[in-house]
Amino acid sequence: MDAAEFIYPNDPHVAWSIMIVLYPYITGLVAGAFVVSSLYHVFDQQVLKPVARLALVTALCFCMFATLPLLLHLHHPERAFNIMITPNATSAMAGFGFIYSFYMLLLVIEVWLVFRPDIVERVNTNHGIRRWVYLVLSLGVPRITEQSLKIDRRLIRILAVVGIPAACVLHGYVGFLFGAVKANPWWSTALMPVIFLISAVLSGIAVLLALYVFICWRHQVAPEIECLRTLVRYLWIALITAFSLEALELIHMGYEAGSEWHILRTLLTEKLAVSYVLVQVIVGSLVPLVLLSVAVIAKPSRRMTVWIACIAAVLILVQVFAMRWNVVIGGQLFSKSFRGFVEYRISWFGREGILAAAVVLMLPFIALYGANRVLPISTADDH
Amino acid sequence: MVEPSDELKISKDRSECDGCDTQCACNATHDLSPPDTNLTTGPEISNDADRRNFLKQATTITLGALSLTVLPWSRDNDDGKNVGGGSATPIVYGFLVDTEKCIGAGKCLTACRVENDVPEGYSRTWVERYIHYKDGRVEVDRVPESGYHAAGLVDIDSELIDRSYFVPKLCNHCEDAPCNQVCPVHASFTSPEGVELIDTDSCIGCAYCVQACPYGVRFVNPNTNSADKCTWCYHRITQNEKPACVEACPVDARVFGRLDDPESELNRRLAKVPHHVLREHLGTHPKLHYIGLSGEVN
Ligand code: SF4
Ligand code: SF4
Repeated sequence: MDAAEFIYPNDPHVAWSIMIVLYPYITGLVAGAFVVSSLYHVFDQQVLKPVARLALVTALCFCMFATLPLLLHLHHPERAFNIMITPNATSAMAGFGFIYSFYMLLLVIEVWLVFRPDIVERVNTNHGIRRWVYLVLSLGVPRITEQSLKIDRRLIRILAVVGIPAACVLHGYVGFLFGAVKANPWWSTALMPVIFLISAVLSGIAVLLALYVFICWRHQVAPEIECLRTLVRYLWIALITAFSLEALELIHMGYEAGSEWHILRTLLTEKLAVSYVLVQVIVGSLVPLVLLSVAVIAKPSRRMTVWIACIAAVLILVQVFAMRWNVVIGGQLFSKSFRGFVEYRISWFGREGILAAAVVLMLPFIALYGANRVLPISTADDH
Repeated sequence: MVEPSDELKISKDRSECDGCDTQCACNATHDLSPPDTNLTTGPEISNDADRRNFLKQATTITLGALSLTVLPWSRDNDDGKNVGGGSATPIVYGFLVDTEKCIGAGKCLTACRVENDVPEGYSRTWVERYIHYKDGRVEVDRVPESGYHAAGLVDIDSELIDRSYFVPKLCNHCEDAPCNQVCPVHASFTSPEGVELIDTDSCIGCAYCVQACPYGVRFVNPNTNSADKCTWCYHRITQNEKPACVEACPVDARVFGRLDDPESELNRRLAKVPHHVLREHLGTHPKLHYIGLSGEVN
């Protein structure tokens, strides 16, 4: 017999806010975009050339702001560096500073190496302040030889190879942060890191697809159809994998129907009815699955493919956000008494409000726009 | 909130002690921290080195206090050993809640709030009431801090119920504490006596420990912006005083003492009857034990 609603007294204060939703969302985009760039640099997928640079810089731009939601969330942001100064080896969270710094460094170096020829060229073709900007970017070495280019290329390859496991660690680790919380039956599953990782790749491909089509549209050029079709195929595979894993996890929970299943069932069917059932499953997964299946199997016209890719990419971006939301916020909507629910009230203003979240989400795109003005990121320019 | 009883006023006065010179735990507490933060965390320790020093100091002080022949608690412990006895083995504190004794008076709630300056809307301890109706329903609610009658709640017709009982909740001071495990900066740490404490000077306020505690006893204190929870009144127990809630309980439903001493009142009471810990399957190994725990309590 179900007990009547009862919540523990500290549970109404939802401790992890929308900022903790954004954090895995942003790192997921970083990891996903990087994996796409590595497909080109490591696995020599020439067909992805039009988005290879975009992928790398997108990863960097998102990575730059990955710590921002965390800082906005911390109640003592001024002590944030304690996490690296006095790390606790048993804490999953303590690894963040090191993993993040390593990854950021790797990205910066790889981006610099990839763009070095362009930077050097611009040092020599610009004057005045612009020249100085490029000179600084070239680290004061505005020269390139055949041999240095060869070394650069080898380094890029090495970094891209190292970057793949690093991206997996960066994001798998985020999943582990949740998966290892045995206090929370909605989080505590060994599948969590894998689910996070696959949905990261999914969101990364989706954001690249959307950006690529957008940039082409802005430049009034047609997207490379083979590149687009390849991305659509990857997106389709990633979506099927992510969706299957998530479904598997849920079916497993429901089939086992452990002591906490009653609260999780109510959570899913009532409290998260919109964000989970409608947004994450129906609109964000099933609809794009149908669309992408059509695009992959029926091979529609170029125009149609672009439309399908765009719509599916946007829906998937919404889906992955909803998935993060349902994990992070959903996991806090039931009391640890497992006898009742609490409400998450989000305000518009304030450090952890909707506006701050919107700004955090927009900053990487602004950075990308800025970077695109300085360096030839989108190959649409080449057309 | 009800007016603190005389007993509670004494507690509050005790916590406002300005500290004595150098040789007692009271000093360790008061000298190292401003009174308000001290109240929320027990001892306040500013960094690793300080913490180590403090812990050394606290151990010395505690062991020193143990060598005293006249213990403030001896009157309650009839054996005079509960928190004392200068044994060389480390002290391990434990806590016992006797749900068969608890009458839901709620005195402990006010005592804790006053003693530890717990902000409204948050609780370091609470008391749950379980009501088993004859029709099979089980209802759970929380004892209001002012007591059921003062809170204007209506009586339940005893004809309708099979049984009803109260379950006080507080930090379990788990031996394998997940809160401690997940804290990225060592701000959650274990005292030499096995008491789980928070260093409010190094806590970054990430709330990971809040998520990791299966018992929902942690919160981020809006005044200190650091994690907060029951410390078993560490600032009191290191001075050989009882936790405020234990002192306030009119029926001895809360017992604090030494787990490492087979003669302590705690162990003697635990030895007599079956007892359980909460959510044993999680492997946290709580040092808070319950007598008379029903299966539906988690
Ligand atoms: S009850 Fe919670 S806060 Fe207390 S020691 Fe155990 S896990 Fe930590
Ligand atoms: S809130 Fe403070 S005590 Fe809790 S895990 Fe974070 S740093 Fe540690």
